[in-house]
Amino acid sequence: MRRTVHALAAGLVLAAGLTAPAFAQKTTATIGMRLEPPHLDPTAGAAAAIDEVVYQNVFEGLTRIDADGSVKPGLAESWSISDDGLTYTFQLRDGVTFHDGTGFDAEDVKFSFDRARADESTNAQKRIFEPIEAVTVVDPETVEITLSRPAGSFLFDLGWGDAVIVAAESADTNTTAPVGTGPFKFSRWVKGDSVLLERNEAYWGEPAALTGATFKFVGDPAASLAAMLAGDLDAYPNFPATENLPQFEADPRFAVVVGTSEGETILALNNREKPFADLKVRQAISHAIDRQAIIDGAMFGYGTPIGSHFAPHHPAYEDLTGTYPYALEKARTLLAEAGYPDGFEATMKLPPTTYARRSGEIIASELSKIGITVEIIPVEWAQWLEQVFKGHDFDMTIVSHTEPLDVDIYARDDYYFGYDNPEFDAIIDTLQSEADPKARNALFRQAQDMIAADAVNGFLFQLPKAGVWNAKLKGLWSDAPIQANDLTDVHWAP
Amino acid sequence: MLVFLIRRLGGLVATLLVATVVVFAVLEILPGDPASLMLGVNAQPDTIAALRTELGLDRPALARYLGWIGGMLVGDFGISYTYRVPVAGLIADRALVSLPLALMALLLSTAIAIPLGTLAATAHNRWPDATVMGFAQVGVAVPNFWFGILLVYLFAVTLRWVPAGGFAGWDAGPAAALASLILPAIALALPQAAILARVMRSALLDVLHEDYIRTARAKGLPFLATVWRHAVRNALIPVLTILGLQFAFLIAGTIIIENVFYLPGLGRLIFQAVAQRDLIVVQSLTVLLVATVVIVNFLVDLAYAAVDPRLRDTGR
Repeated sequence: MRRTVHALAAGLVLAAGLTAPAFAQKTTATIGMRLEPPHLDPTAGAAAAIDEVVYQNVFEGLTRIDADGSVKPGLAESWSISDDGLTYTFQLRDGVTFHDGTGFDAEDVKFSFDRARADESTNAQKRIFEPIEAVTVVDPETVEITLSRPAGSFLFDLGWGDAVIVAAESADTNTTAPVGTGPFKFSRWVKGDSVLLERNEAYWGEPAALTGATFKFVGDPAASLAAMLAGDLDAYPNFPATENLPQFEADPRFAVVVGTSEGETILALNNREKPFADLKVRQAISHAIDRQAIIDGAMFGYGTPIGSHFAPHHPAYEDLTGTYPYALEKARTLLAEAGYPDGFEATMKLPPTTYARRSGEIIASELSKIGITVEIIPVEWAQWLEQVFKGHDFDMTIVSHTEPLDVDIYARDDYYFGYDNPEFDAIIDTLQSEADPKARNALFRQAQDMIAADAVNGFLFQLPKAGVWNAKLKGLWSDAPIQANDLTDVHWAP
Repeated sequence: MLVFLIRRLGGLVATLLVATVVVFAVLEILPGDPASLMLGVNAQPDTIAALRTELGLDRPALARYLGWIGGMLVGDFGISYTYRVPVAGLIADRALVSLPLALMALLLSTAIAIPLGTLAATAHNRWPDATVMGFAQVGVAVPNFWFGILLVYLFAVTLRWVPAGGFAGWDAGPAAALASLILPAIALALPQAAILARVMRSALLDVLHEDYIRTARAKGLPFLATVWRHAVRNALIPVLTILGLQFAFLIAGTIIIENVFYLPGLGRLIFQAVAQRDLIVVQSLTVLLVATVVIVNFLVDLAYAAVDPRLRDTGR
């Protein structure tokens, strides 16, 4: 009977949202994610979920990207760059060991980079390693990397999950049992349910505050809401049900943090096909898009309008949303001038994400006001990649480009939206060999201006990173400058 | 009886063979390449080609089909494209969640439906009948995923008796494992129980009008004894048929329910594998599910024989 009373009392305390002082301080955290990683090797796959579990927790690179997007020393303590920008000399930290006990030295760096740029490499960002001509071990703590051409973003790129350092002994088994140098080691993977990490007691740096962490995969938005409310999850850094955020905001048990991500959400237009090959048509479409209506309707008000393909939190960002403001009359005139006074019919292939499907419906209705009849075709990701991205078989599509600093995709040959402008290609060429931050930012601005003026795509909004977590859990990133859930500084407030 | 068994077994094998061809062909036509999906939009063509070679996707379709079938015959289901682990182990792990879940739901729906259906039939056109049939109507109409969400809000969010979802794993103890399966089992069982109760009621009503029931009553057997000894047993045949059919629906239902409760079961596995174009997992799992349904139907045929001696003796 007494036990029942206690249980009841504890239940009441919980129900009231209070923490009984008798409960021991929590030292682990359970973190919700929408998608399960296919495997856990960040050097062999593009899935964001891989990095969201292991980046900076299990694996580390020579450099690391910090919460504000800046490049910080990682496994390399310091570095120097030759005047011609072709030789990078990295001074490595000593006393670093992999989780299996093997030591970390310059040979591991050479092995990791040579593996990533090999012919049979399955690295999803192989282009990071493309400029590398040779990786030379100077001594166990010094590595020299020579490039065939200057690469302005090389240090930033080395901070990507795809460029982490792996050991030759464990590289082949990292997919299922990752072995890195980070503050957490891999413990267990309950397939379909969760990945468990535990603190690396032998970590070279400041040990993590958490003794362990569980990444739990809850895909369904309604289930995510219930799991957070029931306390099964302590945090959901990328909460999938934006419509439920106000509910959490009103609840003192939770903190809602809406930050920015690297995701430029665009209405991509097939520039190589009629009628979108015509600048006037693209301008008309830009004029017909009411960004705020899309953000309010599709994203429940969360998201920053963008006027070009660039993240608003970057120092080189320019607000170009005024280039082609919402103006239906102007849009109709431009369409008529282009030879489509009565509009035309077009298809819009929408991938399965909520932001794409919801924005698509709103844009279809907005475009109908200037006479463009849109047929919406929902597709899966696999179909999208095959038909839109690879096959270029589409008129319009909506997608968020989540790679950091990816404005260079507009210079790629035969990229899916088919923008071809030699002047723009020249800007990106200069950018790639420019290392001076000031000069780089000036070039980034030129690039933004040019694609905005050319109305290459309909630039919609920067995808928000809406995180919900227990109000007592501190240290999670609010922004997402790179795909990661860095747990290094995460701790429970007393 | 033996001939009957052999004929049924032959049909079973033929069905499975046709299923493998259909499943393989459909996935072949389906647009989407596993390698490009895994490497994303920034990958270079040579990287994708390297991965395709690594996964064996560059071999001709016929060679892949024969390799797959040949492997399955000796219990080797291949290596998952995305997870990079043997498919057999992946399926075995997930089956430890889905099979207990389906079994719990089946037992639960039977345990609810048979007594309620019997009650409704014996109290024909009186208030217990109306009440049971009213609930059955609601049960049939309510989608199981929505019912599941309601259960979660009551028992997990408000009362906090059980977790909102996920699976603790059998190594965490049977109590914890059952606690994570009970809500999904109820959500799965309710619509099935509703259908089953209606079938039980109407089957029993038919039987209750038979001459032999009147005879049994006339010789002085009490009503309830008549129902139990003569009527219920005869009414079970249509119920068994529905039960066998329902097993297929239960498996389909787990795909949705396992997503609502984020359970690492077969349903969620096949759902993820389709989206990720993990073709080898989809193929193997689909064939396995087809096999399960076919075998369950086969067992139901055998069960007919068990409850109805006439089928046992005259089976040619």
